[in-house]
Amino acid sequence: MKKTINILVSLIMVAGLVSCNNGGNKRGNKGKGGLATNAAEKVYVAPGDHDEFYAFMSGGFSGQLAVYGLPSGRLFKVIPVFSQDPEKAYGYNEESKAMLETSYGFVPWGDAHHPDISQTNGELDGRWVFINENNTPRIARIDLTTFETAEILEIPNSAGNHSSSFVTENTEYVVAGTRFSVPVPQRDMPIKDYKGNFKGALSFITVDPKSGSMSIKFQLMMPGFDYDLSHPGRDKSHGWFFFTTYNTEEANTLLEVNASQNDKDFIAAVNWKKIEEYVNNGGGTKVPANYAHNVYNDETHSATSTMLKEVLTVNPLDVPGAVFFLPTPKSPHGCDVDPTGEYIVGNGKLSADLTVHSFTKMLAAIENKKFDGEAYGIPILKFEDVLAGIVKQPGLGPLHTEFDGKGNAYTSFFISSEVVKWKLGTWEVEDRQPVFYSVGHVMIPGGNSRKPFGKYLVSLNKITKDRYLPTGPEVTQSAQLFDISGDKMELLLDFPTIGEPHYAAGIPADIIAKNSKQIFKLSENKHPYATLTDGDARVERKGNEVHIYMTMIRSHFNPDNIEGVKVGDKVFFHVTNHEQDYDVPHGISMIGANTSELLIMPGQTETFVWYPKQPGIWPFYCPDFCSALHQEMQGYVRVSPAGSGTELKWSLGED
Amino acid sequence: MKHLMKSLAAVAIITLISCGGKEEKKNEGIQIGQKPAATETPTEEPAATTKPSETIDLTNKGVGPIKNLVLPAEIDQAMAAKGMEVYKTKCMACHKPDKKFIGPAPKDIFLRRTPEWIMNMILDPEDMIQKDPLAKALLIEFNGSPMANQNLTEEEARQVLEYFRTL
Repeated sequence: MKKTINILVSLIMVAGLVSCNNGGNKRGNKGKGGLATNAAEKVYVAPGDHDEFYAFMSGGFSGQLAVYGLPSGRLFKVIPVFSQDPEKAYGYNEESKAMLETSYGFVPWGDAHHPDISQTNGELDGRWVFINENNTPRIARIDLTTFETAEILEIPNSAGNHSSSFVTENTEYVVAGTRFSVPVPQRDMPIKDYKGNFKGALSFITVDPKSGSMSIKFQLMMPGFDYDLSHPGRDKSHGWFFFTTYNTEEANTLLEVNASQNDKDFIAAVNWKKIEEYVNNGGGTKVPANYAHNVYNDETHSATSTMLKEVLTVNPLDVPGAVFFLPTPKSPHGCDVDPTGEYIVGNGKLSADLTVHSFTKMLAAIENKKFDGEAYGIPILKFEDVLAGIVKQPGLGPLHTEFDGKGNAYTSFFISSEVVKWKLGTWEVEDRQPVFYSVGHVMIPGGNSRKPFGKYLVSLNKITKDRYLPTGPEVTQSAQLFDISGDKMELLLDFPTIGEPHYAAGIPADIIAKNSKQIFKLSENKHPYATLTDGDARVERKGNEVHIYMTMIRSHFNPDNIEGVKVGDKVFFHVTNHEQDYDVPHGISMIGANTSELLIMPGQTETFVWYPKQPGIWPFYCPDFCSALHQEMQGYVRVSPAGSGTELKWSLGED
Repeated sequence: MKHLMKSLAAVAIITLISCGGKEEKKNEGIQIGQKPAATETPTEEPAATTKPSETIDLTNKGVGPIKNLVLPAEIDQAMAAKGMEVYKTKCMACHKPDKKFIGPAPKDIFLRRTPEWIMNMILDPEDMIQKDPLAKALLIEFNGSPMANQNLTEEEARQVLEYFRTL
């Protein structure tokens, strides 16, 4: 009994602590543990309330893109991008299969890495998010009105599409650089002859300002280093792009030793405006290529895949003054540019210090032609001439840096497992907080743009270990949320993520939420197999193909009784959802179908194929709970033996 | 002792809920599954002798955006033709023109309902089902199958109404 009273008393105390969620009550970071700070209050989003930010987080080796809310860390949606998703029929239905076509054929999986949100004038505009696929090099564009993958472009001459997919400040280009250099064109040759023979392609992909349509403007064919990460110039350095490199040794084996020999690797500075001008004036060489361009259309609700056969390449030596190397210590990984565009941070992952280059000094050094030699004909600037400053011994294994727009930078340290806040210009360390464990990227909403929203920082961790209930040998991936609005960072929340959360892109919710589509209009449905009026629901036979033109609305299919299908037929269910109201998708699934369900949004048409294998009566139903009569949303197909004379007929509600 | 526990519990609960502060947000769109038909109070149903679908109520204007609508004497055939097209794509999956299907038939509806009631039912069925006793009773009569909001514009709904006059 006494125990019960104690529990009640504690409940009152807890209630008192959490009861007034009015914000603004900022406490210092002195306490340890939930009750001593107001961390819980800061991440609590009351039932029915909305989060302040969207966070688009890479699904890593799941190939997808996850949508979270901040500060709550709640998962809203997993957008299928590079991998099949049976929940949404992505890559399974007839309409979306083309999205996963490549020059290697249908590839059902991808490795998603770096989401980046489109920008106008260097600020997030929230129209699209781009993300790269590392394994079979591709760039995807996700439409942020539908939260669906709208386009996927394969990148030829690339392998390990890692220094991607970062956008310039008016989304003129989304850039994709190769981590693995390869022979271009691909050919049979001894691997040991790598040095001097392989190329590293840096692809500049234009984005149509209206439609978002992507097209490779040119590929800059660089020396065969590993191009690890990249970022565009901002503001004063707009027009330039910066790429970190490692393996300037051009080793082809045991890279963990052999690619770590040089005291300094490079940041490649590329004046893309200069190269664009060269290309616009007819420069560059068109070479044969073979790469897929897959486009999803919201009116036909279908994707098409086109193989492109040519790409324009540019030899950097043909455009003098366009490409320079900035020596940067020890295999730099992250390559980040501050919001003013002045500072280029190169995090030498094997270096004890952080190197920051100055854009102004770089221009002066170029102007004065103060070079320290060249690599494959590309001028190398003098380290001391371009150096803005060094953050001395901030931690071990620096990887990535983001900015808060208030003159501070936040760098992740993988080996010492911490985030370090330091000041631009003075290079002083201001704060450090441990992360659990081994952080890769960090993300501040807008933190790589001209206008960061410096309220939260998310650390995207590589190792989870004991942070959650164990789930066997494989444990969840993980992120951590920090409040960075004060002088010191405060850890607020752990939350699980899908796949490996390499990088993320955050944006204030109000920029996107107002444009989010609620339905597809039936009147705009141009799917070639749509059934737009219920009276047109029908079944047609063409040889051994049977096309079922079906409609669905709460809570029935039309038709729901179909006869005259035979073993050996190929049956197409073309199903149109006639709902025109928000959040009323319907599904359809067929017993024994060798594919996934369909999940059809209001006003949308989707198709699945079914091969009936045995005579009998075979049911189909709606797997998405749609109304009080959801259980009644079902139907039957009668399958007769091959060659039988059963008449083709269909009906709903009557015989 | 028991009393003490009870009052402590009450204090705890009150403290937990005491600082609501924010106004409740209006949930837009259909709230599937949140207000199942079974929770509707049957007491508000009209007398059981006449089916709701056969009940004649020519004064009730329903609940929704349409407060007053006077139909001109002559049917506008062009408008009715447009209405028929809208009806075919957005309504006919559940309403056959002249016989009961998922929902009631629109034929002769003006003998039973006001133009305003019909328009409001088309334009905001969720609100009607919650607030209009007749709409609520109809939901029960039609197996708890709620009328879908097909997001017609007011102009489209008016065209459909004109089409109903031709049936």
